[in-house]
Amino acid sequence: MEQWLNKLHETFIATGFYKTMLDGLKNTVIITLGALLIGVVIGTVIAVTKYFAEDVPALKPFAWLCDLYITVIRGIPVVVLLLIFFFIILTSAEGVTVAILTFGINSGAYMAELIRSGINAVDSGQMEAGRSLGMSKMQAMRKIVLPQAIRYILPAIGNELIALLKETSVAGYVAVVDLTRAGNLVRNNTYDAVNPLMVVALVYLTLVVLLTWLMRLLERRLSRNDKR
Amino acid sequence: MISVKGLKKNFEGLEVLRGIDVTINKGDVMCVIGPSGSGKSTFLRCLNLLEKPTGGAIVFDGEDLTDKKTDLNRHRQKMGMVFQQFNLFPHMSIIENLTCGPMMLKKVSREAAEKKAMELLARVGLADRANSYPNQLSGGQKQRVAIVRALCMEPDVMLFDEPTSALDPEMVGEVLDVMKDLAANGMTMVVVTHEMGFAREVSNRVLFLDDGVIAEEGTPDAIFNHPQCERLQSFLAKVL
Repeated sequence: MEQWLNKLHETFIATGFYKTMLDGLKNTVIITLGALLIGVVIGTVIAVTKYFAEDVPALKPFAWLCDLYITVIRGIPVVVLLLIFFFIILTSAEGVTVAILTFGINSGAYMAELIRSGINAVDSGQMEAGRSLGMSKMQAMRKIVLPQAIRYILPAIGNELIALLKETSVAGYVAVVDLTRAGNLVRNNTYDAVNPLMVVALVYLTLVVLLTWLMRLLERRLSRNDKR
Repeated sequence: MISVKGLKKNFEGLEVLRGIDVTINKGDVMCVIGPSGSGKSTFLRCLNLLEKPTGGAIVFDGEDLTDKKTDLNRHRQKMGMVFQQFNLFPHMSIIENLTCGPMMLKKVSREAAEKKAMELLARVGLADRANSYPNQLSGGQKQRVAIVRALCMEPDVMLFDEPTSALDPEMVGEVLDVMKDLAANGMTMVVVTHEMGFAREVSNRVLFLDDGVIAEEGTPDAIFNHPQCERLQSFLAKVL
């Protein structure tokens, strides 16, 4: 036991590599949260556009573009997307920025479908009631439909968020020092393979448990304010 | 107030309304009756364009609602609608249900909107439920709130789509009482209903719809006591 603690100290503290690990953790969290935000925004825009396009012919081309986006993004592995963005499209941008954008754009395609099914789960009478009062379709969507859809969407977003967090472990491909990459750096420099990997795995696990707990808390909060 | 000219509605080849002409005057309480599938609800939902007519015109306040250039949202503010399934907003308290329309659409202040809502709630006997949520109310209470929600917009006409059909029998009376009160106060109303007693007692005009056309129209006395067409006679024989 003492030997192992000494080894830990040697690998992380004495070398100062704990700072690298903390930087990695920070980048992982930043990329995940940034991508989540972008994903939710893109997902909502696509879901709402497709919903409106159902009976507004002028929006049909946009709905078609949305479908194309979803097909393309879901059809390409996220690592390949990341490399394309880093080496071809955003050549002058920083790695972290590229990672946030790529994971956000990737996540948006999945979020769109989640949010759309949440919107469809809200009874159509709700939209009609809003419209009958004189609300525009957009007003009724914002004030009546989306607030109710959130309850259906939230659990699925929680899943997507966890998947997203773990997906960011490939950010090292574009020279970002995320948690995984930080672990690799420590391993390469200390020739200690076990401890850095164990720590990395444990930190991911802890983050996922934490996120799961937060999502459950949020769900409970929402259902308390939303008595149905 | 509303004149309907040659109204037609097809659902994917199925002709639900096959040319309806009728004028609803200010102060009319018009009941629309007919067998199921006759197009009653579709007719009502076409009046505020929740259902888009395939042909014909709906002229309200001098403007054709089927014209794409008409500001439909503005006209809908003046046409209150009450649904069979209530369609209250479950994520809002009763008072929020009542004030969200006036505050969002007519820029009424919160205080003014709440004052008006509380007055109307008191009128239907539900002032003490202002801070409840819809799922805490009975069906009859929900429908009374739904009527108040429409009234809060100060509409010129109220459309009722089978307002008592989803209610337990013992709750039908309380909703009909609110509607009678409205009618007595001069509200223009179009009511799709199976409540023949209400139609006979409260309305001044009755439309009998069958197979997408107005098969017969008249005063309640004429419709119920002296039905002319054979289809109306057989319909009444079944429901009365």
